[in-house]
Amino acid sequence: MSRVVLVLGDDVSTDAIFPGRFMATVLPAETPQFAFADLADFNKGVRDKTITPGSAIVAGHNFGCGSSREQAASCLKGPDLTIVARGFARIFLQNASNLGLRTIICPEIEASEGDEIEATADEIVNVTTGRRCRVLPLPSARQAIVDAGGLVAYARELLIAERTVTL
Amino acid sequence: MSGMTITQKILARATGRASVAVGDIVEPAVDLAMSHENAALVMNQFEEIFKGTSLTPTVWDPSKIAIVFDHRVPAESSKTATNQKKVREFVRAQRIARFHDVRGDEGGICHQVLAESGYDRPGSVIVGTDSHTTTHGALGAFAFGIGATEMAAVWALGRVLNVEVPATIKVVVSGDLAPWVGPKDIILSLIGRLTAEGANFRVIEFHGDTIEWMNTSGRLVLCNMAVEAGATSGIVPADDETVRFLRSEAAVTGELDLVCADPGAEYEEVVEINAATLAPQVACPHSVDHVQPVTAVEGRRIHQIVIGSCTNGRLDDLETAARILRGRRVSRDVRMLVFPASWRVYREAMERGYLADLVEAGAVVMNPGCGCCLGIHQGALGDGEVALSTTNRNFKGRMGNPNAEVYLCSPAVAAASALTGTISDPRY
Repeated sequence: MSRVVLVLGDDVSTDAIFPGRFMATVLPAETPQFAFADLADFNKGVRDKTITPGSAIVAGHNFGCGSSREQAASCLKGPDLTIVARGFARIFLQNASNLGLRTIICPEIEASEGDEIEATADEIVNVTTGRRCRVLPLPSARQAIVDAGGLVAYARELLIAERTVTL
Repeated sequence: MSGMTITQKILARATGRASVAVGDIVEPAVDLAMSHENAALVMNQFEEIFKGTSLTPTVWDPSKIAIVFDHRVPAESSKTATNQKKVREFVRAQRIARFHDVRGDEGGICHQVLAESGYDRPGSVIVGTDSHTTTHGALGAFAFGIGATEMAAVWALGRVLNVEVPATIKVVVSGDLAPWVGPKDIILSLIGRLTAEGANFRVIEFHGDTIEWMNTSGRLVLCNMAVEAGATSGIVPADDETVRFLRSEAAVTGELDLVCADPGAEYEEVVEINAATLAPQVACPHSVDHVQPVTAVEGRRIHQIVIGSCTNGRLDDLETAARILRGRRVSRDVRMLVFPASWRVYREAMERGYLADLVEAGAVVMNPGCGCCLGIHQGALGDGEVALSTTNRNFKGRMGNPNAEVYLCSPAVAAASALTGTISDPRY
């Protein structure tokens, strides 16, 4: 069960998720302090950890559009959030699966802040309202990386296999 | 078998296959891997990949990596300066040759530097840790933006993992553009029609006589902003103009492979644009697909004008601005900042007198760089201020202040508006 801590509309850009002026901060351990820096209440919740791990952000279409900055995914991965959106922008979705940030594509999702939602492989149940919404699978190219626990682990296995043979 | 799009043909060759179909998962070999200051994060992830193995962290091929400092040049803080220092040390240790530091002879915005340095080749696969890597499709490459960890995997393995072959939207542009209407107006109009996610997970292939007649500078504008409709990449079929640009402006020698789409290539959608009836376009706050003809927003008071960025900071953009401002004055109600896209552009604009025209009119010519566009290096907006900019994004907070607004336009609209301090139509 996840508590919905933030509800957003369509086209949430990576400038909103991780404003450009903080981009000199790159390391995944340091980026969460600037997550949605211009949404003061949410950002404070991340910084003082009143937003608990496993909480969910619910958004509309094209979540994560714009810049390829990976900080936009790592700043949400740090506090262990789940992103449920009607759709994701390509690069953000790739960064999320590469870093192990949980993303769920749910084209009819509706929720309000404070709702409790439950995700299964096929659907999301809004426990508060009783509404059920179907979930679309991640692109298969993404799922393989998620299953491996992220791209670092996935690439490391390939690297060992390939460089050990060729060296 | 049905024909292949340009993207399919490039991906087939980069994976050693006779053909690929839309939806196939492929791992294309990379011809060019570009990063800017975020190479600092790529380095971190690259070392993570090697952690726990007995292997020494060495990149797969240093001749295929390009690193260009452009987001914060010269460094605005000790944090940036330290990151740039670490990248320089990495470049030296890994023997990366295509490194463009803070220099007046070869520096500039990464996308301009790649094109003018002859690093882009038709038919090649280019990845960059920058969403505007789509730009390089203007020279017939399949070029797309990736994140830092994905780039770290490219540095380690030399290929992009798990790429789903994208479907293609064919955009056909025909007719002669009216005076003071240009490539920026075409792409803004297209984004307005497709919406900010209309081309998500797809490639936009540009066709039509307007594109055939367009120079490379204009094609770079179109492909640069393809990502603002969500596109994985934009691509223009390589042709005589591509060869002319690469030979005479980028000093490329050797064979060029001009990859074209097959006659029977399958497109998911065909969009037609009549360039002849197009008016100057403006993207209004706070989304790039909120596009209107300039006449709809004429008279809007503005406080800062920016000409520059990887979209519109090239020589012909500065020429347009200089023609409009020569012998006239920037309104005292507005400040005007000009960022040439590279130092080569800067030097040529200086030789041709464009920079003098702009400065004498009251504009401030800055050093080449792209930090202003995303609010990280000079040119930030005050609370309640409005900018009119030739850059590519106007998201809330983009130019450094969530309490400001950004309108996007062509260099002609920007320069005409500089004279009045309000959004103005360059045709009148």
